[in-house]
Amino acid sequence: MKIVQIDKSQWTSGIEKLKEGYRVFAPVKNDLFHDFKDLEKGEAPDFNFQNTRLSPKSIVYPQSEILFRYTLDKNSEEYGILKEDEKDKTPKAVIGIRPCDAYSFILVKRNFDTPYYKDPYWVEEYQKSTFIGLACNDPCPTCFCTSTGTGPFDEQGLDALVIDDGDHYLAKLLTEKGEKLFSAAGWTTEADPSAEGRIEELKSAAESKVTSKVGTDNLKSQKMLDLYEAPFWEEVAFSCINCGTCTYVCPTCWCFDIQDETYGKQGVRIRNWDTCMSPLFTLHASGHNPRGSKVDRVRQRFMHKLKYYVDKYDNGIQCVGCGRCVRMCPVNIDIRRVCNMMNSYDPESCVCEVTSV
Amino acid sequence: MTSYTDKIQEAAKRLLEEGKVDMVIGYRKGSVPMMNQPHYAKSAGEAEALIWDSHCGLNLANYLTDREDKVGIVAKGCDSRNIVNHIVENKIKREKVYIIGVPCTGMVDRHKLPKMVDGEISDVEEDGDTITVKTVNGDTKNFNKADVLQQNCADCSHRNPVIYDEMIAEPVEEQTDTDMFASVREIEAMSPEEKWDYFDDLISTCIRCYACRNACPLCYCPVCFVDESDPQWVGKSQDPIDVRTFHWLRAYHCAGRCTDCGACERVCPMGIKIREFTKKLNKDCYELYGWEAGLTAEERPPLDTYRPNDPEDFIK
Repeated sequence: MKIVQIDKSQWTSGIEKLKEGYRVFAPVKNDLFHDFKDLEKGEAPDFNFQNTRLSPKSIVYPQSEILFRYTLDKNSEEYGILKEDEKDKTPKAVIGIRPCDAYSFILVKRNFDTPYYKDPYWVEEYQKSTFIGLACNDPCPTCFCTSTGTGPFDEQGLDALVIDDGDHYLAKLLTEKGEKLFSAAGWTTEADPSAEGRIEELKSAAESKVTSKVGTDNLKSQKMLDLYEAPFWEEVAFSCINCGTCTYVCPTCWCFDIQDETYGKQGVRIRNWDTCMSPLFTLHASGHNPRGSKVDRVRQRFMHKLKYYVDKYDNGIQCVGCGRCVRMCPVNIDIRRVCNMMNSYDPESCVCEVTSV
Repeated sequence: MTSYTDKIQEAAKRLLEEGKVDMVIGYRKGSVPMMNQPHYAKSAGEAEALIWDSHCGLNLANYLTDREDKVGIVAKGCDSRNIVNHIVENKIKREKVYIIGVPCTGMVDRHKLPKMVDGEISDVEEDGDTITVKTVNGDTKNFNKADVLQQNCADCSHRNPVIYDEMIAEPVEEQTDTDMFASVREIEAMSPEEKWDYFDDLISTCIRCYACRNACPLCYCPVCFVDESDPQWVGKSQDPIDVRTFHWLRAYHCAGRCTDCGACERVCPMGIKIREFTKKLNKDCYELYGWEAGLTAEERPPLDTYRPNDPEDFIK
């Protein structure tokens, strides 16, 4: 593995070079917060952020994505044919993605890219993306990534990891894709041999700053129905207003809905993110709703992330510990608290540990 | 306002022990700064978690809708006005609710405060009118509460509950020199094209999570028009037409009912100034009918009634 050093003065010129061959997505700041943006010419990433308000999942999996177009014009030769929407084939460079968010793509891949089923839209966008991570030297108080199988310097899911080291960046090139991108940007100066030790130092320092932890060790051995029937759900769900904030800001929430939308005689088949917090999510055509109450829906979200996923994939929880839902839930439902309750629940005594986070 | 905590707990314990209510709805301390969590206490023990400070900015009337048990509720001025709305609109019976009135001096703007400090906020404390903000890098900064209030609180002229069963403190002085429609007049002065652009820009970051709608005590329709599937009135995508349709229609549904409690803005994950829609309707109701929502349960709201002398010069 190669480590390169990039003087910060060479950074923006490298980004500009990248734009010749890639669509470059990177964090920029609007009035209130940072979010990933498809950078225009001359526009530079702004790395003065802790994490972006929304996760970068939309770069691979947009909130609304047209799949097909059709015409209802009977005189047209294409009448009745669903034509696949043309996609921009340009490779995407995702610059400055946090390690937790990069790891989220691995979790989502387990669902969208399997030997039995491949979601062609997700897979195509994922494959044409190169993920250049930005290590977290200063994690947020709401970060609990070290409990979820990732961490502030984690390399899983990344093609390269960039580390801010004062007046320069150090970058670990992790894959061929990553190397290709770095040479396209002209960032090729090999770092001093001491760089590896320096990165390890920064990594330990960062990991020790992640003080928020959750317990997940018992989730797998808990019986599904014990957790499903646990008495704490009413209390957990009380403040919930059933908005979709937690699911839309979550990097690992993958559910969608497909709709046909027609304007005059032209139409599109479009898929949109959906949210299990909405009653409409499970409403049957008959009018029956198997998840008819707020408590049912809140339980579903946590059971999916912290139990069904755990059982199905045997690879940890469906949460990367980015803390977005913790920060943005309008009524302060904290997944860390719920995870600890589920993990510590004793079905014999019906007791669980209630932590302050 | 933190001194209210003991009195709220005291009242809640008494009501629960005397069996006057089945539960008391209030707030407990949240797990992140500036976020308290709606909490119910069904026992004296659970009442000990109840708190009050300048981060109780949701509207708890939202949790009363269609409840049939006897509920105690902690209510500041705007919550109490929405309880009045609920009574007028038959969403709760007066005798089913015991209102613990809280005189309010405003809530801290959780979208604005992070912009006023460098670095992540780790804690926000208050002592009277001083708000002390601590950041993760160890900095401490003091603010006058007046400078960090939510805009609706800065403009509020009904800080004291308008309806209550008991008050936990003496009423606070009402603000009389506020101008709650200043920003509406600025928009009214714009050309139609400028208005269009202004509102398009305002909602450009909307992710359609519907937190604004769901935090609003007025939005209790069994099925919202955007959730109707047969027929489906509104598209589900990020198409700007559908995003606009949601915001505009929701605002109109609130005409003559909105108490400007600010819950919609507070909960928006994207920090959208959603009150810019409802305030214009509040202004119209005020100027045309002399009406402010939720002040009395004795009168029907203006959009509910017809009077021969209703102004009609806006009909062209």
